[in-house]
Amino acid sequence: MSDLFRVEGLSKSFGGLAVSRNIDLAMAAGDRLALIGPNGAGKTTFVNLVTGQIRPSAGRVLLNGEDVTGLGAVRRVRRGLVRTFQVTRLFSDMTPEEHVTLTVLQREGKASRILGRFRGSAEVAGEVETLLRTLGLLDVARRKVGEIAYGQQRLLEIAIALALKPKVLLLDEPAAGVPSSETPRIEQALEHLPSSLAVLMIEHDMDLVFRFARRVVVLAAGEIIFEGLPSQVAANEKVREAYLGNYAHARRVA
Amino acid sequence: MQAIAKSRQAATVSGGNTHLLRDGLGLLLIIAAGAAGYWLFPDNLALLTRVIAVALLVLSIDLIVGYCGVATLGQATLYGAGAYAAGMACLRGVTEPMTLIVIGAAAGAMAGLVMGTIMLRAHGLAQLVLSIAIVQLAHEAANKASAYTGGSDGLAGFSPSPLFGTFEFDLWGRTAYLFGLALLVLVFILLKFVVASPFGMLCRGIKEDPVRIRSMGAFVFPVLLKMFIISGAVAGMGGALAAISTQVVGLDSVSFELSANSLVMLVLGGLGSLYGALIGTVIFMGFEHFVSAINPFHWMTMVGALLIAVVLVAPGGLSGLIDRALPGMRDKGGQRP
Repeated sequence: MSDLFRVEGLSKSFGGLAVSRNIDLAMAAGDRLALIGPNGAGKTTFVNLVTGQIRPSAGRVLLNGEDVTGLGAVRRVRRGLVRTFQVTRLFSDMTPEEHVTLTVLQREGKASRILGRFRGSAEVAGEVETLLRTLGLLDVARRKVGEIAYGQQRLLEIAIALALKPKVLLLDEPAAGVPSSETPRIEQALEHLPSSLAVLMIEHDMDLVFRFARRVVVLAAGEIIFEGLPSQVAANEKVREAYLGNYAHARRVA
Repeated sequence: MQAIAKSRQAATVSGGNTHLLRDGLGLLLIIAAGAAGYWLFPDNLALLTRVIAVALLVLSIDLIVGYCGVATLGQATLYGAGAYAAGMACLRGVTEPMTLIVIGAAAGAMAGLVMGTIMLRAHGLAQLVLSIAIVQLAHEAANKASAYTGGSDGLAGFSPSPLFGTFEFDLWGRTAYLFGLALLVLVFILLKFVVASPFGMLCRGIKEDPVRIRSMGAFVFPVLLKMFIISGAVAGMGGALAAISTQVVGLDSVSFELSANSLVMLVLGGLGSLYGALIGTVIFMGFEHFVSAINPFHWMTMVGALLIAVVLVAPGGLSGLIDRALPGMRDKGGQRP
């Protein structure tokens, strides 16, 4: 089977502390995978390893069969391996339109042009508008990001990622910090992601995970302890112990 | 639906117009202020020309500090490179003033390339310290290479030929001032385009969050280096203008003091708007001139007090204050009708 995206034996230790241990994972085009696990399980570290923000101690990352382990973060993005951030990283005095325009221009290799206007091309403007409309951000397209709702900022994170036309998209808690009234918008956006895209989502909201994912991977203490269907995950003894126990408990208290 | 699209389009157009109107008005104000200076202070044109030269230096700092978030206390390196290059060229027979400006810009750009390559290896405080080290080294190099630079005596004894072959650089400094003013306006217009370009936007992004820019698939280093080169060209033109107008190039043109003062001017005027650089330079140097005439011992204290007041009351600098006072002039692109 030729996987679009494959991770082999990925490990990372900081000093004597192993935060990722021998992780193997593969995704095909169109995959919808959720990566869950208790806090401190190494989920964000995994995303950082895969996208090249930090270097692994061992293991390989393959994209389309090409070993990208030696490449920096920027080159991985250019090959279609794109992420969003757990805490939004946006430019507070720019508008959503400017964010997406900048991203599209960058994808087309035009972002460092000194000559030429920022909103020069109608083609780019059209693409930007389509993307913003798809994500329901057209109404706030020209407001500064600092002034728009947090849920809309999360959607903008996704819009920026999509503007890069990724092959593999890693969503780091897309609904984190979003008030429950706004989660349906995020969920809707996730449902409408391009079908050919392989998506890995880290998420704590189990309802969202069960609706979104076709496959669930559970990470605990830097190790994969379960991989399978969402319907099986709750029944797994190991998972209950590591994660769902806590979760169920938390729910009961709430 | 179509109506919405139309009203959106209208908003876009009017947003763009506000922007153009604002910049056009700003430009007119600069020219008006420049002309006023010419008529009101005919005996101080040499000082005013120096203000313009330093304004170019402060603009060049704004490009790096205000638009890219790279702190520097060594920008006079680039200004000095332009000044010495123009002075040396003039001594060796290249006396055409436009050519001298181009030579200054080229020397400044080259110095910017070198300085950027070194400084961008570091971050934060280390970067700032590197910039100081570079300006001190450049200062020492200019001092030691006296065969080329005149050492502590400076470069003198060169005189640029008349502008366009007709306008002599007169004793009152009229030609030099008007030449400088035209240069400043031209550079200002060009820089407005630069900061509004995709490249300018990318720089703003880098200033706020380089990690985000990388995760958009853009390399940070080449973008910043490019800005260093542009900044060097602008500072170099300032240096060349100073060399042409005073017909002297001294070690003070490549000093830490000039670097630090011009950073203070920028903070005073406000970072990241280009207007702030001009306002800050005029206020600071005006203070320097008039207040030091009234009270030669304590004028720096007053500048210090003014700076503290500005930082506390208007963190956006004086230009930010004007923005707040004239809300109608603010870029309305962000607001929907």
